[in-house]
Amino acid sequence: MADTETLSGTAVEPPAAPDFSGWSCPLPLRDHPRVVMGHGGGGAMSAELVENVFAPAFGGRTLATLGDSAVVELGGARLAFSTDSFVVRPLFFPGGSIGDLAVNGTVNDLAMSGARAAYLSCGFILEEGVEMAVVDRVARALGAAARRAGVEVATGDTKVVEAGHGDGVYLNTAGIGLVPAGVDIRPQRAVPGDVVIVSGAIGLHGVAIMSVREGLEFGVEIESDCAALGGLVDAMLAVTPDLHVLRDPTRGGLAAALNEIAAGAGVGVVLSERAVPVPPQVANACAVLGLDPMYVANEGKLVAFVPRREADAVLAAMRSHPLGTEAAVIGECVADHPGMVVARTAFGGTRVVDLPMGEQLPRIC
Amino acid sequence: MKYLEEFQNPELASGLLADIRATVTRPWALMEVCGGQTHTIIRHAIDQLLPDGVELIHGPGCPVCVTPLEMIDRALAIAARPDVVFCSFGDMLRVPGTDRDLFRVRGEGGDVRVVYSPLDALRIARDNPDREVVFFGIGFETTAPPNAMAVHQARKLGIRNFSMLVSHVRVPPAIEAIMASPDCRVQGFLAAGHVCSVMGTAEYPALAERHEVPIVVTGFEPLDILEGIRRTVRQLERGEHAVENAYARAVRPEGNPAARAMLEDVFEVTDRAWRGIGVIPQSGWRLSERYRDHDAEHRFDVTGITTREPAQCRSGEVLQGLLKPHQCEAFGTTCTPRTPLGATMVSSEGACAAYYLYRRLSTPPAPKEASRVG
Repeated sequence: MADTETLSGTAVEPPAAPDFSGWSCPLPLRDHPRVVMGHGGGGAMSAELVENVFAPAFGGRTLATLGDSAVVELGGARLAFSTDSFVVRPLFFPGGSIGDLAVNGTVNDLAMSGARAAYLSCGFILEEGVEMAVVDRVARALGAAARRAGVEVATGDTKVVEAGHGDGVYLNTAGIGLVPAGVDIRPQRAVPGDVVIVSGAIGLHGVAIMSVREGLEFGVEIESDCAALGGLVDAMLAVTPDLHVLRDPTRGGLAAALNEIAAGAGVGVVLSERAVPVPPQVANACAVLGLDPMYVANEGKLVAFVPRREADAVLAAMRSHPLGTEAAVIGECVADHPGMVVARTAFGGTRVVDLPMGEQLPRIC
Repeated sequence: MKYLEEFQNPELASGLLADIRATVTRPWALMEVCGGQTHTIIRHAIDQLLPDGVELIHGPGCPVCVTPLEMIDRALAIAARPDVVFCSFGDMLRVPGTDRDLFRVRGEGGDVRVVYSPLDALRIARDNPDREVVFFGIGFETTAPPNAMAVHQARKLGIRNFSMLVSHVRVPPAIEAIMASPDCRVQGFLAAGHVCSVMGTAEYPALAERHEVPIVVTGFEPLDILEGIRRTVRQLERGEHAVENAYARAVRPEGNPAARAMLEDVFEVTDRAWRGIGVIPQSGWRLSERYRDHDAEHRFDVTGITTREPAQCRSGEVLQGLLKPHQCEAFGTTCTPRTPLGATMVSSEGACAAYYLYRRLSTPPAPKEASRVG
């Protein structure tokens, strides 16, 4: 239907007969003149924003690695350096709060380079009119999370925006930590033969947030998995310093993390769908909403690409840590279909697990 | 929710697949009508596991994709108004109109909200009496009853600032149009189980008889789909064309009388344009005269809209099984997953994307003449 028709009221010029030869799904728009929510969804639109706007404007060499954190040399030390902003609603949810996320998110980004977070900065952007008790509660949660993670909040900043120009409380944290000698963990190091391990059940954080945000009841309360992963990574590094890739599958979920690694290293990834740990409450919630657990956010999980010879020992070390008791081998890195992630279904077929465009949307059917 | 595990059991699936293989003696082309079934088929790679010759043609059964362009443009114009809160199911936000989508309208300042039920939109209207709240009522017979209920409730409760932009579509007239198409290749239908759970099965025997096709009411889990395929090919092999219910745990012959009564009260049947297909007679619902006060098309005089559909790629032919992806001249050259020309190259559910991944090295492009299909 490449025709043009002018509408007035509800009258439409009908074609002579339905014609099924040209039918297909309409193609989503890609080029937006203004920012839309999908630019923050951790998928293809987020990546295009970085590639087309930020990276050319900033021009730094380090940024080009596009990892969870940057590893920089300074005064003879190798530092991991990362920043993250937090705009979650509601501020408090089952299993955590924006304060927990602000610490754990940045601590985990550093941990994905093998670094133990040492210092954090914390920026508060407060909306005029928000109750001081809420600010106090967020600050206490943040402080408690920092103590649990063994990181010091060393510097901070506060700004207030006019009522209606914010959403109560926004946070930004940046962090630094030392990368141990002999450790080189980055997406580009994935090689065919690597074993892919996930540290536990996926999808909990995204479903927990959705259930409280949308007032959806799934019969059981689903708690966020929000946690600091520094200790788990230490346990893995104690087995071998030769971990190839670690990734914290937050926005865009496991699917986005694996696609970024596959693209960054120019390798393929093959998953065994049955091996991916999806808890029943997440599977059920996703079935109701028409979402795929592979694309749902996590806040206390990591995915690791490990040399095959080290995989058993690394898996055992993960399972002996409280945050890795359900760790599982979910697939492997292959030379075929570089840049693509493929899942073997439970029935023996295969499907492509692609990078999400923007936000994952509940499906009507 | 234990159904999820039970109806995704790989061992049981193997048994059904073995039965299908043992039954089939020649090629058959089946159509699954509903987009939800297509999703299950692709998600679990069921199409790859069927015996050679059993082909699944994906029907135009995704209400999001078939919502006519002029209706999307009308929604965009209404959603852009400063006095409106526009509520919609999530996946409509990404569907492009002539030059923008609901995401873009929201980025430009429009108050566009994702809801999970039309009753959520009704609540928003009740809580914001100074705003006009519009719900985008799309979908097949499955989503129509709750949408009808929301309009019914709005009138009953006197919530005058609630209206609905209705673009509902009906399955049986679409099957009729597909079967009446001169180049129709479809030999059997998997009917949409959720639609039948509302409407029952009374509309199907006449279709099966008139076009001599088996119609099997089918559910949405992998085992449901396989059972639907098994029963359809069994009928085809025997030369039968009956209506069967393979989704008896959800579908009664009479459907859901309360839901149907609500539909009859609130909606009336109308001709409806399907995006990319054209007008199918009697294939839609609109609000009936009694509920005209809550009809957003009448409340917001959105006129002077000029729709323009971008040049199509040949994915329509791919979807109908007339053209293999690698036979399209754009395949792998101007059309790749990174720079798609059509929906079939966009996502993991796209036939072209799957071909691009697995077969582009082994299948040289070969142009093919376009043809028509139902």
